[in-house]
Amino acid sequence: MPKPEGLYIHVPFCRKKCGYCDFYSVPGTQEDYDRYTDQVCQMLLDCPFGSRVFDTVYFGGGTPSLLGARNIDRILQAAASRHTLTGREITLEANPNTVDGAFFGDIHRSGVNRVSMGLQAAQPLLLHTLGRSHTPGDVTRAVELARGAGIENISLDVMLSLPGQTLEDILQTLQFCIELEVPHISAYLLKIEEGTPFDCQDVRGLCPDEDLQSEHYYRMVCFLEHHGLLQYEISNFSRPGFESQHNLGYWKLVPYLGLGPAAHSFLDGKRFHFERDLPAFLAAKDPWSLRQDDGPGGDFTEFAMLRLRLREGLNLDEAQAYYGVDKEQFLFRAQRFIPLGLVQQSGSSLRLTPRGFLLSNPLIARLLGD
Amino acid sequence: MQDHAHIRNFCIIAHIDHGKSTLADRILELTQAVSAREAQDQLLDNMDLERERGITIKARAVSLRYHADNGEDYLFNLIDTPGHVDFNYEVSRSLAACEGAVLVVDASQGIEAQTLANTYLAVDHDLEIVPVVNKIDLPSADPERVCHEIEDIIGIPAMDAPQISAKTGVNIRAVLEQVVALVPPPKGERDKPLCALIFDSYYDSYKGVIVYIRVMDGALRAGERIKMMATGAEFDVVEVGFMGATSLQPQDELCAGEVGYLTASIKTVADTRVGDTVTLARDPAAQPLPGYRKVNPMVYSGIYPVDGARYPDLRDALEKLQLNDASLSFEPETSAALGFGFRCGFLGLLHMEIIQERIEREFSLEIITTAPSVVYQLTLTGGEELQIDNPTNYPDPATIESAREPFVKSSILTPTQYIGTIMELCQERRGEYKDTKYLDDTRAELHYELPLNEIIYDFFDALKSRTKGYASFDYELCGYRDSKLCKLDILLNSEVVDAFSLIVHADRAYPRARRMAEKLKETIPRQLFEIPIQAAVGGKVIARETVKALRKDVLAKCYGGDITRKKKLLEKQKEGKKRMRQFGSVEVPQEAFMAVLKLD
Repeated sequence: MPKPEGLYIHVPFCRKKCGYCDFYSVPGTQEDYDRYTDQVCQMLLDCPFGSRVFDTVYFGGGTPSLLGARNIDRILQAAASRHTLTGREITLEANPNTVDGAFFGDIHRSGVNRVSMGLQAAQPLLLHTLGRSHTPGDVTRAVELARGAGIENISLDVMLSLPGQTLEDILQTLQFCIELEVPHISAYLLKIEEGTPFDCQDVRGLCPDEDLQSEHYYRMVCFLEHHGLLQYEISNFSRPGFESQHNLGYWKLVPYLGLGPAAHSFLDGKRFHFERDLPAFLAAKDPWSLRQDDGPGGDFTEFAMLRLRLREGLNLDEAQAYYGVDKEQFLFRAQRFIPLGLVQQSGSSLRLTPRGFLLSNPLIARLLGD
Repeated sequence: MQDHAHIRNFCIIAHIDHGKSTLADRILELTQAVSAREAQDQLLDNMDLERERGITIKARAVSLRYHADNGEDYLFNLIDTPGHVDFNYEVSRSLAACEGAVLVVDASQGIEAQTLANTYLAVDHDLEIVPVVNKIDLPSADPERVCHEIEDIIGIPAMDAPQISAKTGVNIRAVLEQVVALVPPPKGERDKPLCALIFDSYYDSYKGVIVYIRVMDGALRAGERIKMMATGAEFDVVEVGFMGATSLQPQDELCAGEVGYLTASIKTVADTRVGDTVTLARDPAAQPLPGYRKVNPMVYSGIYPVDGARYPDLRDALEKLQLNDASLSFEPETSAALGFGFRCGFLGLLHMEIIQERIEREFSLEIITTAPSVVYQLTLTGGEELQIDNPTNYPDPATIESAREPFVKSSILTPTQYIGTIMELCQERRGEYKDTKYLDDTRAELHYELPLNEIIYDFFDALKSRTKGYASFDYELCGYRDSKLCKLDILLNSEVVDAFSLIVHADRAYPRARRMAEKLKETIPRQLFEIPIQAAVGGKVIARETVKALRKDVLAKCYGGDITRKKKLLEKQKEGKKRMRQFGSVEVPQEAFMAVLKLD
């Protein structure tokens, strides 16, 4: 039995682009959705990597719910016909104000057992600033509909560091999630990426400063942990057992196949991706020909930088066994960050504290040394 | 040999950017063109070569033939002079080789500080001054006013001064005619013992050192044994000759009044000091020519390779530069902060900058330079005398009886509206006011005596920025004076970083400490922990700043599509870290070393 892997489907459609988003998405017609689905199905059937075993499937975007239940079913059917789907976790990102009970019922029957939706903030004003068209009420309704359809594993996205956002706004938003009793929350610090509308509008001045942002982050971590949603990654919190298995796969170097424009893969030791070009994808006779090589993957740098994103941290016995890393030297390098409260050591494992998580870019670079 | 009456030895003096080099180029072109009538073919070759190289007198001197309007042929020896105060001594030796000086003045800017300084220097050497007004093609040119200035300020007749444009080539011949008419032919007797002044030299990998000389008395031929009167070194002459524009032209002999070169398989320029007198070993002159002195560095600083592994390359670079620059000195030193490097001595700030730039450009070495220091004199309680040019060697203050620091006599030429600002600046720099001379209604010359240590950091920059670039500045060393000194240390995260230590005047320690701490706070990026920056004198902290700890630098989303990007980011961070110097746990960017030097 081959080792289980992840399957990622990038659905590059959105009705409207949000001001902060730099994921690849464009508006599409029903015709585009169907054509896109044809192409993904064909790729699954023609997979040059042979027949795989997919433990998890993740429909990300974009707005995967736009495809409609029928297309999602087609993709899962195609995947199952050529490969093995264990059905352990099949997640779909959905837009809370364009879904209904029938949709959730349909996708659940097709195998989807986890839904991730963007709440972002519980304040209509902040949602407006973000350019989101849903209301907090839409989210409540969508969560109830999903549950009604039998999908209990629900995740909500929330955002920090928003222009004008206060600590009270954040705590109110988190309280909203707690009251909905969702078992998983992803909480992202807004990063204004180059070329996004936020970048052009220059809203940075309206965002909380660095010190305030870090304060907000710690308060969030405390609040969620207090309510039983434990931090298992820099931006992810869940009740025990509800961690995203698919995403954990990324951080533990589980291989994954990503299909669709702008999707990345790590398969058989190699990283590759498909171009951010929907028209080319739709027009391609063989979409596999759009593959761009990113070179080998899975080295110690990746292993360490990804493990250090996790609460469980980096086990250096494991690192020594897999990569021949000098464990003592690595632990020695980490010592000076322990009294600073950024790193904790237990036995042969190192992990970052929440303060360390917030500084993970420079911290991981220094832990890795030269 | 040439009869004296038809030799003219002269130099060109000017303020920087007034067109000295351009005029020299034009003179070269013009005189070559004359000889072209005699040897058309060769000329073309030469001209092509010159064009390829860009016509500039690379050599410090060149011999030219000039067919004058009176129908007679002249031998011109044009001697270039470095235009900057750091090389004042070299300038004075070049002037000593001449009988006349062409004074170039910009037709719109008029007389500047270096114009005056160089003119005075030329007059001191009894040179005939040939004023020339250049850049008459500029729209802002006012040659009449400038001629008046020359007459009023310098006191030489200038109404007949050629009005030229070296750039467009207008009126260049008039300059040469003036040289014929005004510059006296050289004196000197062929039958006296050889007495020749060294005014420059450079290292040639085939011939060894090529020594530029002006023969004052006597004659010199190949095969003779010569003696350098100051250093005592003796050599057998291999070749003598004139300096052509593009090549050396060997001659049978050089005799009194002539300017030329000699080669004698000399291995290092240190044996051919500028200002020394060359004489014959078998028939030496009774007295050397006056004015020789050994040039001592005035400014010292540490130079370190950014990449410690390139220390041998840095040594190599300094050795190569020293081949042609006897005034550059260096010896190995180590710094706890910067590792292995060299303590280098320079004639002045410009010299230091030139050397730094050449190391970086010609040898592709990245270097860190520590704060420049002057040479202080200390008398210890035990009576021992010390010369200190490196803060690291500064003794325990309790053992210091007295201290002295070098002062310079400075002259600042400025439009009158900036007099107040300049006085303020000089006051801040512990200057002692001497006097103000009004050159005319709009301009004045201020005289100050300033501690050299106050002008080696950023005085030029401060002067330029406070006078919108209008003031010009010149200085010369005028001796040592008693001073109250102290050593200022910088501590990062409670550890002294030796590379930042400075010797300062006690009264200036506090403001400098404050500015240094502020500047370091600006240049040291926030790091994973808080970094106290302290400035201390004798163990007492007198200024403090804090670089707050970094609070947030995180990639919030890192999923399947972000891993490659994140890995690249990590590698970029590693690259960035290489540009930092690690002091204990603190990372200091290289810019910080430069930043603390420019505090104004």
